[in-house]
Formats: sequence, C-alpha cells, structure tokens
Amino acid sequence: MALLNFERKYRVRGGTLVGGDLFDFWVGPFYVGFFGVTTIFFTLLGTALIFWGAALQGTFNPWTINIAPPDLKYGLGVAPMKEGGLWQFITVCALGAFVSWALRQAEIARKLGMGYHIPIAFSFAIFAYFTLVVIRPVLMGAWGHAFPYGIFSHLDWVSNVGYQYLHFHYNPAHMIAVTFFFTTVLALALHGALVLSAVNPQKGENIKTPDHEDTYFRDAIGYSIGTLGIHRLGLFLALNAGFWSAVCIVISGPYWTRGWPEWWNWWLELPIWH
Amino acid sequence: MNREPLLVPVIIGAVLAFGVLAAWFLKVPSEKTQLGYRGVGMELVENKRTTAKLKATNELPEPQPALDPEEIAGPRASEVYENVQVLGDLSEAQFNRIMAAITEWVSPEQGCVYCHNEEGNFASDDNYAKIVSRRMFQMTQHINGQWKDHVGNVGVTCYTCHRGKNVPEYIWFDAKTPKQENRMLGRRDSQNEGGLKSSGYSSLPNAHYASFLANVGDDKNRRIRVQDKAALDSGLGATIQDTEWTYGLMMHMTESLGVNCTFCHNSRAFGSWEQSTPQRVNAWHGIRMVRDLNAAFLEPLKPVYPDKRLGPTGDAPKANCTTCHQHVSKPLYGAEMLKDYLASLSPTAK
Repeated sequence: MALLNFERKYRVRGGTLVGGDLFDFWVGPFYVGFFGVTTIFFTLLGTALIFWGAALQGTFNPWTINIAPPDLKYGLGVAPMKEGGLWQFITVCALGAFVSWALRQAEIARKLGMGYHIPIAFSFAIFAYFTLVVIRPVLMGAWGHAFPYGIFSHLDWVSNVGYQYLHFHYNPAHMIAVTFFFTTVLALALHGALVLSAVNPQKGENIKTPDHEDTYFRDAIGYSIGTLGIHRLGLFLALNAGFWSAVCIVISGPYWTRGWPEWWNWWLELPIWH
Repeated sequence: MNREPLLVPVIIGAVLAFGVLAAWFLKVPSEKTQLGYRGVGMELVENKRTTAKLKATNELPEPQPALDPEEIAGPRASEVYENVQVLGDLSEAQFNRIMAAITEWVSPEQGCVYCHNEEGNFASDDNYAKIVSRRMFQMTQHINGQWKDHVGNVGVTCYTCHRGKNVPEYIWFDAKTPKQENRMLGRRDSQNEGGLKSSGYSSLPNAHYASFLANVGDDKNRRIRVQDKAALDSGLGATIQDTEWTYGLMMHMTESLGVNCTFCHNSRAFGSWEQSTPQRVNAWHGIRMVRDLNAAFLEPLKPVYPDKRLGPTGDAPKANCTTCHQHVSKPLYGAEMLKDYLASLSPTAK
C-alpha cells in the first residue's frame, strides 16, 4: 500500500498507554502497539472458536452458523463448552477485541495529539454490545438472556425478545433510538448531498465554498449549522442512536416485564384527562 | 492539559458507580422461564410482585367437608326435593353439599335466595338466576367432559369463573358501535382506543371477541391464521385488517393469561406448529371451547336474563379467555378444585 509522502512525519514514537516502546511500530500502513497485538489475539481466538462451534453444529453455511448462549439454568455460572460455554468464551474474545481496538484508537490519537473523539464514539458501540451480552444478562441473572451469535439466529432472538414484550415499538427508549437512527441518516444524507453539490458545480463554474453551503441552508430552512457543527450534530445523533438502543433493551426485562403497550397507561391515567 | 489530571476519571468513575448501584437496586424482581432452545429468545419474564398479588387473589376456598359413605348412599335428591332437573341422582347430602359450595362460590352475601324463591319455595323457578345456574351446572359438566383437551383433568368448577361474585368479573358484551361519522378520521373500526385490556393496551382492534369468540355459526374454523405458509401469496388472501384483528385477539390472550407471544409461538414462524410450544395446542382448543360455550350455553340464555344483566346492545353476557384465566396461565394456578366435587360437576353427574 502506498504511503502518502507526508505521512511518514506523523509516525512518531511514544504516546502508548501500556507496553512502552515494546510494540510501538508499524507493519506496512498499520500501527501495531500493545493493543494491536491483543486485538489480533482475541480476534483470531474468537474466530477459531466460532469455527469450532460451526464444526460441532455441522454447518459452515455462514447464514446458519449459530453459537447459542447457555440455558437459563446455568445462571451466571460457567456452562459446559458444548452447551453455551463456547458462547461465553467467544463473548470474552469479542469484548477483548473490541476494547483493544478502542484503546489502539486512543493510542493513535495520543501519538497525533488529537482528541479522543474516535475511541469515545466507538466505545458507544461497545457499550451497546456490552449491555446486550453482559449488563442485561447480569441484571436478569443468567447468561442465557443474551443473544446468540449467528446471522439468522440473532434475528430470531431479536424477533422473539420483541414479542416477549408484545409490541416493542411501544418501548419508549426504542422509539427514541429509532428516531436517532433515522435522524442520523437524514443528517448524513443532507450533509453528503450538500458537500457533493458544492464540489460539483455546473459546467464552467468554480467549486463552491462553505459560504455557499451555509447560504443554501439559510435560504432553504432559515438556518445553517455550519461546517464544524454538522459533524458535532452527526456525532451526537449517531452516539445517541447506539446509546438509546442499549437503554431500550436493558429496560426490557430488568425494569419492565409486561407488554410495552401497557407501559403507556401512565399517560392515559394522567389526572388531566383521566 | 491544564485540568487536574485525576478529576475527569474520578467524575466518570463516580457517575459509573452511581449508575451501577442504581441499576442494581432499581431492577424488578422477576421469575424467568425458558420456553425454547437456548438463545432463541423464547422466555417468560414474570414480575414477582405481580405474581404475589395474583397468588393472593387466587387462593382457594376451603373445600366443603367430605361425606360419609352412608350419606352418599342416602335417598336421591330427586326423591327428596321437587323440580330437580339437574343433579337429581345425587344423594340428598351430596346435593346439599354442592348447594352449600355454590352459595359460597357465587352468592356468599345473598345466600340461597340469590337463586331461590324468597318465600322459601326452593322448588320454584320464578327466579331467573336459578334457571341460569341450572344451565351453568350443565355447562360445567360439559366443559369437564367434552373439553378435556383444554381443561385436562384439573377441570373447572363454578369458582373458576365466579370467585365469590354473582356475575363473573370478566365477561364481555357486544360493543355498541357509535354511528359512523362521515369524515376523514371518523372510521375507527374499533381501533386506536388506548388503555383497553381487550387489545393488550395497544392500538389494535379491540372488538375481536364478537368476531372470533362468539357464536361463529357453521364457520367452525373461523380463520385466525393470517400468515401464508409459503413465500409470497399462496392464496390465503388475508388482508392487513384481518391481520390486525388476529393480533388483537392474540393481545387479548396474552392479557388474559399474563403471558407473552413466545409462551405459545416462536415468532420466526408464528404459524408453524413444529416450532411452537405445547401450550399453543391447548390454546387452540381453548378458542374452540369458548366458541362452543358462548354458542351453546351463554348466548341462548338471553331471554332468561332481566335487562340489568344484558349488554348495551341487549345481548347476553359471554365468556372469553379472561373469564376463567383471570391473568394466570393456569386458572387458580392449576389448583385441582374439581376433585372435591366430582359427584356433582363431573361429566357423568346427573
């Protein structure tokens, strides 16, 4: 892979969180670092375990490989390898790999003297996963409440858990999360379209500046959030989408056991109109 | 950085610690039951506080004292009393025992005169409640005999529905449909009325009892299934409205039994019996049982009732799943009450 000619001067030593100079080097374009090594370790181990699980299951069809969590009867204990223990091992590997990756992002940010926005943003995704496979199962008292690792099987889990609470669209945090997801998409689409429209002028015209972009939105909706602001907004929307996703599942079971439609009775029972 | 290096981590740590403590102590105590293969997500999660309340309201009355063999061998009720059209083959002692029980179950406050003539002529049929209760004895025997697929050997007694009340708490009437308003938003079609138990508090149609649980006439298999068995349209032809009505009925069943959809179904294929739980078979028979009871016993009693017992459209009170279940998947938590009253309430009792 070609290295941009100015990139080399940013390849500076130091800034590592652990390990000092030990893994402070690059392989081709990739920074390694201590956490690069741990990422590779957990990724390879976890993937190998998934292949083992697939072999036990008897399929290597990527759609139907299913690594299921243990039965509820094992509670928060360790399950036999072939009855969910594999899922537990793979979960440890996944969290190890994800957290390592976030810390590697942090090390790279430190080397470059940048803010921690990227590892913080990624940590929201890790938090959502951690909520699904650790926080909620611990609150409910069994690893078996977590979702299985498999393309089809995890969809079955999502569907059934939704129906456990009768109608998941009535879950208020789910509503908020879905709204953030859609708004993220809307903001990204508007931003992408705006930038592309500015750099693709009509024939014979010069490329337009951010002033044109601002003016476009001021003309259209009376306000432009600005070139930096749109990225702050995008980060805010996207992180909230992941955060509220985590909230909507962690409240289902640990804090609400009935159908979600019933939860809204507090609204119907407000003394104003009740 | 100018900031105190430890301040930020300390604040984050404090917030996290507070969050963990709050999360742990605010969680609802619950009982979880796995209903399917691990990881499929078929589970029942029940709030222990709700269960404790339900258990308290589902306590059984003490059974009437058992009878000696001589008392069972004594003279028949039909020989001792006049106008005994049901239970006449019981001995006088057995007959009085079930009368004492039904008084406790149905009219503990009014006593015998809730059904019987107030001047003491117990043979008289001038009280409508006596005619109704006679039919209800036959209905109970019919359920215990013909609907074992649903009630098993646990069976039902008067108490299963009545619970000490003259009229069971959970009955239903045909809804009085308001005149259709001729404007864009006027067509409600029994939908979007929040806060109704009948549709599980959802916006789904809530008048499905009449469609699915009332007398469906010859349409014994009034269709509830709305999902095609094959990909694309295999000719089932269910509309979105059909689907919503079916889901409304399903919401009623979950509300009635205090369970969720995965108690019976694997939602990846609702219609597949192979992937459903055994409870779905029971529920299938239950729907047919309620139709039978409404058609054969409850709706025909309409001319017998005084106006105060009829619904807003003048129809007789009818049963649905809640009538017996009362928010518990096995009515009265599966207590075997019938076994103490087999002489009078079993299908062979006369």
